[in-house]
Amino acid sequence: MICQMVIKRRKLNLWERLYLPAIIGGFKVTVRHFFKKKVTMQYPEEKWVVPAGYRGAPYLVKDQDGRTKCVSCQLCEFVCPPKAIRITPPGPGGVPEAGNVEKAPKEFEINMLRCIFCGYCQEVCPEEAIFLMKDYSLTGTSRAEMIYDKEKLLALGGVHQDKIEKWKHKALEARAQGMEP
Amino acid sequence: MIQAIIDWFGTSVGQFTLFSALKILGVFSVVMFIVAYAVWVERRVAAFIQDRCGPNRVGPFGLLQPAADAIKAFLKEDFTPAHVRKTYYWLAPAIVMIPSLLTVAIIPFGSLLGSQKMVIADLNVGILYTFGIVSLGVYGIVLAGYAARSKYPFIGGIRSSAQMISYEIAMGMAVVPLFLIACGLDVQQLSAGWQELLEGTSSLNLNRLVTWQAVNGWLIFYAPLSFIIFLAAMFAETNRMPFDLPESEQELAGGYNVEYSSMKFALFFMGEYANMTAAAALMVTLFLGGWSLPVAGLDQPGATVWAGLLHIGIFLAKMVVIIFMVIWVRWMWPRFRYDQLMDLGWRRFIPLALANIVVTAVVLWVKS
Repeated sequence: MICQMVIKRRKLNLWERLYLPAIIGGFKVTVRHFFKKKVTMQYPEEKWVVPAGYRGAPYLVKDQDGRTKCVSCQLCEFVCPPKAIRITPPGPGGVPEAGNVEKAPKEFEINMLRCIFCGYCQEVCPEEAIFLMKDYSLTGTSRAEMIYDKEKLLALGGVHQDKIEKWKHKALEARAQGMEP
Repeated sequence: MIQAIIDWFGTSVGQFTLFSALKILGVFSVVMFIVAYAVWVERRVAAFIQDRCGPNRVGPFGLLQPAADAIKAFLKEDFTPAHVRKTYYWLAPAIVMIPSLLTVAIIPFGSLLGSQKMVIADLNVGILYTFGIVSLGVYGIVLAGYAARSKYPFIGGIRSSAQMISYEIAMGMAVVPLFLIACGLDVQQLSAGWQELLEGTSSLNLNRLVTWQAVNGWLIFYAPLSFIIFLAAMFAETNRMPFDLPESEQELAGGYNVEYSSMKFALFFMGEYANMTAAAALMVTLFLGGWSLPVAGLDQPGATVWAGLLHIGIFLAKMVVIIFMVIWVRWMWPRFRYDQLMDLGWRRFIPLALANIVVTAVVLWVKS
């Protein structure tokens, strides 16, 4: 059996058929919106404040003493799905600037044209050396310009600590044992 | 040689040529200015109604946007698809543009400036000429639809022609009562300024209509039904929102102008806005008292140059109000369905307009 539901459509009365209620209603709505505050953001001048946990561009960070945290373990390079990261380790015989960074990378490049902002690099990094920061508008005039090298990444990343502050605790530990990290 | 030219300008033929050329130049540039800025106003109003800002970058408040648009339109590639009918494809944009410019020729946009009538062609067939020219505009759209050889433009063209026949009749009929009312004008009793303005005119002349309105009051109050029908027909005629079926961006992806690009596309748009300008001018002349204003003696033909200029200003102000209203309506109402439009044209407006003529005639007959 076919089940039917009949919807009774109300006939429009003369007042409604004259189209006037629609005109008045439309006018009210448009006037209200005309004088309303505009939602448009004047983009380059005022910028969107990104929420906490936003995944922007990945940058390298320094520890509280301004030293490179990265130890060239290359986990981020391996995990990176679009293969945007390329790390050149220092190799044997590198002169350590400081105790904890004898394997600081010779070169660290992120191709921002390839990067998909997935955050795997941040997740996999054992040294808390790479973070997805809040930058979302990366522009350049050539492909070469969009490959960010170590200096640029460190400069953009600045000094940044995770909540755990692994490096701070490690330094304290080392000092407690009479060693200068 | 130069002396001969100056002498020739002294003769009546020379005078006529010189002043006509000046008036054409003036009117054309004003119309083009309005067209350019109507686009800007349209985009700003649309944005404001939708809680946005609209173009506000080029110049203060985005006022130089029309210039940027023009540069963009000129520099774009003028692409002709391989499948179009070339001749008609090239003709169509021009045919849309020209009639709207021709219509403006008979509009009295001011009273007298010095001893010159502020109208390009003071035709005695006035309003008939308008209707003759205005209906040509639709050929451009139909031709564009036909030339494109693809389905959406074609549907747009077809719709346009159907729309035209259902509105032109009602529009023409709506104007008849105005001339019935205004032909009672007795020129002999008017002052010398009027005599000069109306010299050699007959009852279909638009200046007579304006004169009648200046003396007796605006015709919108005498024939409100005519006004409503004419207003609706005007929206249909200029393909503006509640009746913009040939274009209907949502269903036809732009309708008749789908296959066009660059300056040809821009010409369609300029045509649309020039049409709107012409229709607004016609509306002001027919219903809203033309260049006259019933305060401070502004309902007399301008005796001084300043009064003449003021009359032109009044006319433009009224026109701008109408254009603004037309723009506002576009962002206020949804589009009519195709059959609703035909129904409205044939079954509502034509009988109403006919009844309006008969009633007006009877009332005038009883009164006399």
